[in-house]
Amino acid sequence: MLASKLILKCLELEGVDTIFGYPGGALLPLYNALIDSDITHVLVRNEQAAPHCASGYAREKGTVGVCMATSGPGATNLITGIATAYMDSIPIVAITGQVNRALIGTDAFQEADITGATQPFTKRSYLVTNADDLPRIFKEAFHIARTGRPGPVLIDIPKDVQEENIKIYDFDKPVNIVGYKPHYEGHTGQIKKAIRVIKSAKRPVIYAGGGIVLSKAEEELITFAEKNKIPVITTLMGVGCFPQTHPMYCGVIGSHGYQYTSEIMEKADLCFCVGARMSDRGTTPSKELIDDMILVHIDIDPAEIGKNVYQTNIPIVGDAKIVLGQLLEKDIGLQTEQWHEEIREIKERIPVDYSENIPYVGVNPKLVFKTLSDLTREETTLVADVGLNQFWASLYFKIYGGRKFFTSGGLGTMGYSVPAAIGAYLAKENADRQIVAVCGDGSFQMFIGELAVIGEQKMNIKIIMIRNRKLGMVRQLQKNVYGKNGYFGTDLSFDIHFDKIAEAYDLEYYCIDSDDAIEEQLTKVLQSDQSCLVECVVDEDFLYI
Amino acid sequence: MKKHVLSLLVENNSGVLSRIAGLFARRGYNIDSLTVGITENTKVSRITIVTSGDEKTLEQIKKQLNKIIDVIKVLEIDPDKEVCRELVFIKVKATDGNRSDIISISKLFRANVVDVGRESLVFEITGIYSKVEAFFRMMEPYGILEFVRSGATGLQRGKNLL
Repeated sequence: MLASKLILKCLELEGVDTIFGYPGGALLPLYNALIDSDITHVLVRNEQAAPHCASGYAREKGTVGVCMATSGPGATNLITGIATAYMDSIPIVAITGQVNRALIGTDAFQEADITGATQPFTKRSYLVTNADDLPRIFKEAFHIARTGRPGPVLIDIPKDVQEENIKIYDFDKPVNIVGYKPHYEGHTGQIKKAIRVIKSAKRPVIYAGGGIVLSKAEEELITFAEKNKIPVITTLMGVGCFPQTHPMYCGVIGSHGYQYTSEIMEKADLCFCVGARMSDRGTTPSKELIDDMILVHIDIDPAEIGKNVYQTNIPIVGDAKIVLGQLLEKDIGLQTEQWHEEIREIKERIPVDYSENIPYVGVNPKLVFKTLSDLTREETTLVADVGLNQFWASLYFKIYGGRKFFTSGGLGTMGYSVPAAIGAYLAKENADRQIVAVCGDGSFQMFIGELAVIGEQKMNIKIIMIRNRKLGMVRQLQKNVYGKNGYFGTDLSFDIHFDKIAEAYDLEYYCIDSDDAIEEQLTKVLQSDQSCLVECVVDEDFLYI
Repeated sequence: MKKHVLSLLVENNSGVLSRIAGLFARRGYNIDSLTVGITENTKVSRITIVTSGDEKTLEQIKKQLNKIIDVIKVLEIDPDKEVCRELVFIKVKATDGNRSDIISISKLFRANVVDVGRESLVFEITGIYSKVEAFFRMMEPYGILEFVRSGATGLQRGKNLL
């Protein structure tokens, strides 16, 4: 069998039906094989979009996303997307073409050491030097990407390897990697210890992260919280892992979070952290705080335990779904009525406020997200970009039931939303599912070319663009650090006609420039069966969270 | 800062050394020395890394090393309890007047003379860190011209295997 055909066979065996890619010289054989394949190829307009598309696809479908690019610049263009997936533990497999084996190391045309370049942010990278290894490598790559703490894997395949004829191959050989055996089940001794400390807690909180979403442990989390009456705080990556309409929901923690959530966190005497790494952006509890607080930390990646917070009292290495299941087998019987009373008082004292007292032109973005949340159906995926839009989306758009929330939480990659929404759109299993991308005018301009994919495939994706003619979040940082004279390099006031851009790519265009128009316009947008670009005119000084 | 000796078994794949070195560089861990060699299994190499850092850093180093898929096992070796040695060549200035003095000192350290020149001597010494350091101190007054250290390598005592 021709190696290029065998590669596609390997992908099919892994259940891959869609590849986001961009061709080039070193991928010619593989693209040639794609002609006769059942796998759908989606031509992105810049390789940089391909891993984001694969990430959106993976997150929507709960599977491994695949992207592909040629050698040299094609491969290096994948890097940001791969790093983005690595930081958020999203399983993707990136395939790159490489120059012929004999040319490797000679600085040949379009040669780049992509396995070396992506080493710090791939779980594993492979340079295939022997075509016979392809079935094993592909099997290993998908296994590594999806198991344990998921993440990206890269396979670099020289052009002449793709052209080889392979006589003997075995697709059924099981994966056996001696150095890779993730632990899924929690240590029973540690579980017992955890139960003991939870039992003695007066003011416990569950601190839930993206690991819940990745291990599909949402049901277990709800049952665990309800059974033991423990309130739930989520991280940005954990948004959506616990229904935000649930009475025990206590908001998002960290720089994207609610003020009331931080206050609850500060009062807690036990933090039950599951599937989160306590990052600097979420919260690295202060030393004083952690001294008085018992920390139970559950994570599938042992290296995350004790990394950002060293004083972990009870570490449990394991999969969130399985460990929560183990904990559910035991009766804990907590008395937390008084604590819930305290939380009710905090929530009332620091309410979530959509109004804005300072005068502004255009719309109140908080109201845009609140109204969007009220109007969209339950079957919705919201993909937020990075910047102020991400703050507003995570705080004012309610995720519950069948809703999902994707964003680039770890790396903070601008331009994530539109490509990831494309991936999510192609992955959705329910035709009625609504895919909404939210971004700023800064992040929108990073991937305008990808609108061609949306237009060409006649997708129904709603893009909500907050247009404040500034790089709002950086500007806010400049204001906080240097004062009002410190604004520099954050001006986007050049008068772009986004209506014409929408027209050029065959998208419907809507503009919302006053609070009164929000509901009417968004209703029209959501009723349309076309892709829409919605420009929300926002005051440049509307920086308030 | 305390020195720690880590012994690793790794799969003999291309790029594994670079991944390990990259990990230390990226996360700001120290490498005092690093040695690599083949093992009884052709698919496996053994790496010995001497690093320094506090307990918290050491724990992270071990966990991060274990996270690398090519790394099969990581073990900390206590140089005082297990077998741990370093090979050093040291070139010392020597004259007709002091050559025999230098050689007699070297005998106390079981250092071998591997080269004798009119103006220099080259010694080979094997030992743990403290022994090598002590020999260096004794040679210093005569003038150390240059030296090369292999970096420590070690093995557990008894029937225990990594």
